[in-house]
Amino acid sequence: MTGTTHPAASDRRHGWPLRRWPHPRATLFLIAAAALVLAPLANLALIAGAGDDDLWPHLAAHVIPRATLNTVLLLSGVALVTVVAGTGTAWIVTAYDFPGRNAFAWLLPLPLAFPTYIVAYVYADLLGGVGPVQSALRSVFGWSSAADYWFPEVRSLGGAILVMGFVLYPYVYLAARVMFQTQSVALLEAARGFGATQWRLVRDIALPMARPAIAAGVALALLEALNDIGATEYFGVQTLTLSVFTTWLNRSSLPGAAQIACLMLVAVAALIALEHYGRRRHGFAGLDIRAGHTTRVALAGPPRLLALAACLLPVGLGFAVPLLYLTFEVAARGLLIGFDPALWRHTLATVLIAAAATALIMALGFGAALALRIVRRPIAALAVFIAGLGYAVPGTVLALALLSPLVAIDNIINEAARIMGLATPGLILAGSGAAVVCAYVVRFLAIAIGLAQAGLARIPVDLDDAARAAGARPAGLVRSIHLPLLRPALWGAALLVFVDCLKELPATLLLRPLNTETLSTYIYQFATRGSFEEGSLAALIIVMVGIVPVIRMVRAADTVLPGLALRAEMARRNPAAVRGGA
Amino acid sequence: MQPLFEAFTKDTGIKVNVISASSGLEQRIKAEGGNSPADVLLTVDIARLEAAVESGITQALNSKMVEEVVPVAYRDPNGQWTAAAMRARVVYASKVRVPQTSITYEELADPKWKGKICIRSGQHMYNNALFAAVIAKHGEAKAEEWLKGLKANLAQKPSGGDRETARDIAAGKCDLGIGNTYYWALMNDKDADKKPWADATKVILPTFQGGGTHVNVSGVALIKTAPNKANGVKFIEWMVGAQAQPMHADMTYEYPIRAGVPINKTIAGYGALQADPMPLSQVAANRKKASALVDKVGFDN
Repeated sequence: MTGTTHPAASDRRHGWPLRRWPHPRATLFLIAAAALVLAPLANLALIAGAGDDDLWPHLAAHVIPRATLNTVLLLSGVALVTVVAGTGTAWIVTAYDFPGRNAFAWLLPLPLAFPTYIVAYVYADLLGGVGPVQSALRSVFGWSSAADYWFPEVRSLGGAILVMGFVLYPYVYLAARVMFQTQSVALLEAARGFGATQWRLVRDIALPMARPAIAAGVALALLEALNDIGATEYFGVQTLTLSVFTTWLNRSSLPGAAQIACLMLVAVAALIALEHYGRRRHGFAGLDIRAGHTTRVALAGPPRLLALAACLLPVGLGFAVPLLYLTFEVAARGLLIGFDPALWRHTLATVLIAAAATALIMALGFGAALALRIVRRPIAALAVFIAGLGYAVPGTVLALALLSPLVAIDNIINEAARIMGLATPGLILAGSGAAVVCAYVVRFLAIAIGLAQAGLARIPVDLDDAARAAGARPAGLVRSIHLPLLRPALWGAALLVFVDCLKELPATLLLRPLNTETLSTYIYQFATRGSFEEGSLAALIIVMVGIVPVIRMVRAADTVLPGLALRAEMARRNPAAVRGGA
Repeated sequence: MQPLFEAFTKDTGIKVNVISASSGLEQRIKAEGGNSPADVLLTVDIARLEAAVESGITQALNSKMVEEVVPVAYRDPNGQWTAAAMRARVVYASKVRVPQTSITYEELADPKWKGKICIRSGQHMYNNALFAAVIAKHGEAKAEEWLKGLKANLAQKPSGGDRETARDIAAGKCDLGIGNTYYWALMNDKDADKKPWADATKVILPTFQGGGTHVNVSGVALIKTAPNKANGVKFIEWMVGAQAQPMHADMTYEYPIRAGVPINKTIAGYGALQADPMPLSQVAANRKKASALVDKVGFDN
């Protein structure tokens, strides 16, 4: 469906200014969002263009092939773990009732609140040679040293896959759950009526309908894994991102590093485009606007235990174990008794910056997805695509690339102040929290856009057209149809973005203002000194701050009946559209 | 570092505003240009100091006091940076399985240690500087042989950090490891959890054949655009002064750069440090080659 099918008559009827190019405001909005992300990316390309071609024979011979292989293996593994754990648990808590189901619904997203590298440290410690697990094995079996038996090495590619998989699956869980919750009850019940088994219900109806959401969730998890530096370095996995850093810092070539980062960006962009292309012909309009909730089937007997175990495993590995470990460290080190009063200030700074960035990201991300829905032109799609690319660049590299554009704006402001004879304000963008907020926006806009688009993909375009034909204006369409239906997706995205902002490290480290720490940078300073455990309390505060929106979101998703609310709203505003849409 | 800054403020009345990061600060200062609020850049490792100089953000310090206190080998020949304290890259050895009490860096490539050595990534800046020193000492070809020998002796793929190296020795995975002087001391003195790892190991100060122990520095540079240049110079002079130097020794467990300042007791327990006389600028000059060698011999694979 393209803009050409739009009745031009309706545009005229409402007296919109630009007849040739409808929706100028939505278009401008899209261009602004894309420009925001394009600025640092263009600067990155500029840095990459500065040369160092003589480095490439060396990189091509000794670095890139292995780094590419490791990266592909890591991402494949993480994809497998996150899809199975995320989609599986999302389906179980949506479709079934079993003891603990309500608790799991809000426990399952929580691993996300842990910085990945902290979880990596925790498992290396627990499962390492002198850790409690191997010590227990030795005393049980009477072995005297690690040389006497075989135990899988945690600091390895496999370890990295499992740790990242069980920290990052919530991206898939949250995306998939929103879709499962709002999908057509009628369709599922019709299939059940025809005698479809649970498995066929999942395979032939629920999964295909949730595919855009699952793809969006996996893409986010993989980009997060791709850009990780802490856990992969610690586990000794030589990824492409790690090679970007060694090229910059040891091979002393920032241009070379930028070149690798640009190649990665192109590869990611190609993969995302391929995924879009892959589902271009599929209609995913599985949203049920007549009824709200899928009724949950109460489980009994062995399936009940199975469901419990399936939820317990990811929650246990991704959340409970690191939580207990950190709690133990807080107690053992007396971190509560010797409470560092500066932590209050750091918590406040973290929450304020994260909240400001989240508000901006949600407005821009959902705004862009909705604007595309209205504008429906290839250039609009391109703008949205570009706006989502910031996530594909490692955080530190993105921060480096963001510096020059920010300083350039500051310089313009200072020059203007000089001309007007005012006091020059200095680096009001690059030197303040605005720089960090900017970095978060560029980096995490993809999350909001991805989930907004996945949500929108399920709202039939016919519904828009019907509403428009009946005289609804775009703003009214968004307000009365799109936003109410997107509400679960909105909550899910806001949560992901907020928690990601809470724990963002590399860009924050480089861009934060003088004398400012976030919880994440506070933890990091201990980690670099070889005692991350001293940061345990700060890590727990991140988790506690993250839990608040999780609970809020889960409650909202479980109680709001979007379909019913929508129907009432639409009937009130525009009976014709309801008839046309349903 | 915070206690050092507070002591400086108490001493001089000058407030210190801080941003700390692991890498990239020189790029930030460079991008900020004339409006940058930065007066000084403090950093560990010669590589970061050289990167700051190369990016053009530093200026000559021109301090008589610093030139008197800091030995020539630990300052930039052009006065662009000075060391404030030193650390050495040394050997952690199993108390039980390694009877010897001295070792050379060259010996680490001896096949008698096959499967017995643990180390973090060869691309980590601490190892990068050590390998660069080997190149500066023996030339690229010999250094490559040495690195291959060391690689062949590794018990496992390089990973983790220096404290994990001590932990792996304690667990019996390997007999020797390579780490910085302060990590072991911190495990021993400051962290009850990790005391057993220190207890299972001892620190040997290795030397180059016919030379001394490889040291690296935490250093400081004056920023070209420093808005408070005089205070910046005052801070740098204070850092190498008689009051700050013992703090370096006891808080960060580094070797004081100033002669006559007592070394921390635990660190002193390793034995008398004979730092290799080679100027650090020569180590810095071979860093890129060292990084390339690590790639070439597949050290981290």
